[in-house]
Amino acid sequence: RYNGEVGDIVVGRITEVQQKRWKVETNSRLDSVLLLSSMNLPGGELRRRSAEDELAMRDYLQEGDLISAEVQSVFSDGAVSLHTRSLKYGKLGQGVLVQVSPSLVKRQKTHFHDLPCGASVILGNNGFIWIYPTPEQKDEEAGGFTTNLEPVPLSDREVISRLRNCIVALVTQQLMLFDTSILYCYEASLPHQIKDILKPEVMEEIVLETRQRLLDLEG
Amino acid sequence: EDLRVDGRGCEDYRCAEVETGVVSNTSGSARVKLGHTDILVGVKAEMGTPKLEKPDEGYLEFFVDCSANATPEFEGRGGEELGTEIANTLYRVFSSESSVDLKSLCINPREHCWVLYVDVLLLECGGNLLDAISIAVKAALFNTRIPKVRVLEDEEGSKEIELSDDPYDCIRLNVDDVPCIVTLSKIGYRHVVDATLQEEACSLASLLISVTSKGALTSMKKVGKGSLDPESIFEMMETGKRVGKSLHIALQKILDEEESLGTSRQKVGFLG
Repeated sequence: RYNGEVGDIVVGRITEVQQKRWKVETNSRLDSVLLLSSMNLPGGELRRRSAEDELAMRDYLQEGDLISAEVQSVFSDGAVSLHTRSLKYGKLGQGVLVQVSPSLVKRQKTHFHDLPCGASVILGNNGFIWIYPTPEQKDEEAGGFTTNLEPVPLSDREVISRLRNCIVALVTQQLMLFDTSILYCYEASLPHQIKDILKPEVMEEIVLETRQRLLDLEG
Repeated sequence: EDLRVDGRGCEDYRCAEVETGVVSNTSGSARVKLGHTDILVGVKAEMGTPKLEKPDEGYLEFFVDCSANATPEFEGRGGEELGTEIANTLYRVFSSESSVDLKSLCINPREHCWVLYVDVLLLECGGNLLDAISIAVKAALFNTRIPKVRVLEDEEGSKEIELSDDPYDCIRLNVDDVPCIVTLSKIGYRHVVDATLQEEACSLASLLISVTSKGALTSMKKVGKGSLDPESIFEMMETGKRVGKSLHIALQKILDEEESLGTSRQKVGFLG
């Protein structure tokens, strides 16, 4: 189970829409909370949230949506309060979610990585990992509320599937997840077909190679 | 395009492990691991009286138990509904006359016959339960050894059943015509075989067809809230037959390989 710390990046799913806040599921003992006042308004306005904003909450985030957010504070009972007060957080569009144990995600300076193979990944500290196609240009909309629903090209989808299988392989072999390990694992898996990565023999081979390269990097 | 989230094509199965002879006090058993789905099947052969309408045949009884370990929803009595549904599907699939040679299970017409109690235990639920269950049932039936019995008649006319003393003297079932279930789930405009839990959540309707090794369909069932177009049903049936045939070939190969290793085979079982 995930125990929240202030400043962690998490990826969560909205489970409930309540009066002035959203309940977010983040693989912890208690549901996390995203207050309306911690959410950026579209257009980047800074004002007190009115009753109209409350009624329009469902237009921003509904049950079942995925968001990326940062932990603002932790309540005394362990529940976590989230905020999305930055342009890089907000609703997530098309991509693949992988659920792993929170202890396998390494704590780093940044958890948003644009991998050179053509996809981007968000390593949530709560164990939810989001893989998505790298957006073409940096959109300037506040909070990222609008989701891009255009079909993702096959080449991007292959990269994303391969990354997903690599992450599953690393998790099965209990290796820490960070951008370098994922990238090395991806490169080690290139000679194999995407669906073969999940076979036990291939998985062991790839992870062994990744482990070797990481040791060489350190030593 | 033919690409799913884990890189498989629409007609690819996940990596499957099949092992027979895992439970020692049954007549036959098998364990199948298909991705995260784990199924254990045990077959017990017992003597019983034949059914009134079929006096010279034995029969099969299915029982499905959803273990509470499988998913949290199966706690307490939660899994019973799913269990009865799966058992009913199995009865339907095996209701065809040609699947199992029931006449070979008869000892004395109208008086004694072999009843095969097939018990299915769901250890872990990882999507695509019925396919894994049908593979396990076929493997367990292949592994089943029924002891040979002789019927002796007394002077008074009462019959006695004699069991042979040799534990290796037994009859095997012919599983060539036992069907396997292929579940085709409709997602969007395409259909996929062997859906994971996430893919099952996205699909509104699925078609369950049972295919024999020769490619003949023995039964068909539609599940799910959504509706299926008649044309897509034809396509799914064709895909199902193709996939079913290759599944049978692969399964038979593994069963034969396991058989040929004989008693020197290292059993992995549960603790390996």
